[in-house]
Amino acid sequence: MNHSHQENENMGAGNITKRNYLIGFILATVLTIISFGFVVFKDSLPRNTIVILLSAAALLQMFVHLYYFLHLNKSSEQRWNLIAFLFTLVLMFIFIGGTIWVMYTLNIRMM
Amino acid sequence: MNTTDINKIEELEALRVERQHHAEINTFGLWIYLMSDLIMFSILFATFVVLGKNVAGGATPQELFHLPFIFTETMFLLLSSVTFGLSMVAMNNQNKKAVLIGLIATGLFGLGFLVMELYEFYELAASGNTPDKSGFLTAFFTLVGTHGAHVFFGLIWLISMIIQVAKKGFSDKVRSRLVRLSIFWHFLDVVWVGVFTFVYLMSMI
Repeated sequence: MNHSHQENENMGAGNITKRNYLIGFILATVLTIISFGFVVFKDSLPRNTIVILLSAAALLQMFVHLYYFLHLNKSSEQRWNLIAFLFTLVLMFIFIGGTIWVMYTLNIRMM
Repeated sequence: MNTTDINKIEELEALRVERQHHAEINTFGLWIYLMSDLIMFSILFATFVVLGKNVAGGATPQELFHLPFIFTETMFLLLSSVTFGLSMVAMNNQNKKAVLIGLIATGLFGLGFLVMELYEFYELAASGNTPDKSGFLTAFFTLVGTHGAHVFFGLIWLISMIIQVAKKGFSDKVRSRLVRLSIFWHFLDVVWVGVFTFVYLMSMI
């Protein structure tokens, strides 16, 4: 009873626990330190490898934020938030990916 | 318990469910706004990726950005997100003092972040690196400045919520507003992960 009460009374905020925030904080800090570490030791790795590793760390950290801080998950309460977010990701992929593709090709043709 | 009492309990329960439903719809509305904000940010990110290397003979990112400074800024914003989260936990436990302490800590970390960012902009401008100098600087100031403006308005919203919690306590309205501010605040931190990775770190390798 107490549990369902808690769940119904959280004003659409999802599952809020101290544990989630602390796990999220530790993971985000570790990923931030790793990202900055790649740049500090940039001479020991090829540039393209660092670009891929940095992107991966950023995407992973964004996921950590969404899951542990914004409580985005597959629960019915969050379903429409998740669908709207996934649709936005598709748009972002088209905008950012499309821009980079077009401008990169243009750059090559202009040389 | 007689029938009148039972009717009353049912009525209160129905009212509670309706209020909860209303709060969820409001939260979804904020979420839709944040998604459109995300699209705006993605355009600014795409612009930076395209223009980021066009320094027009001016200063390069390697000369302008300082790792420890950006790291401190990042940790300030991350800590402000966590203190806000802990204050949401305290709100569910009806602990007003802990909520206020958490919100004030969030405000101070957020202010620290904003002051550092403004200092960085001031330093850049003072050394002649204004937005009109190169494509890189235009894209940089637009993207980072837009994020900073969000933090600024978030801080005003935060101050208003601190006052509301202090004066009205945890009424349904105040709690549902606090939930929405927390989502907005965490969202700003997600965007910042993109900023420090793709604007600062990527430009320095």
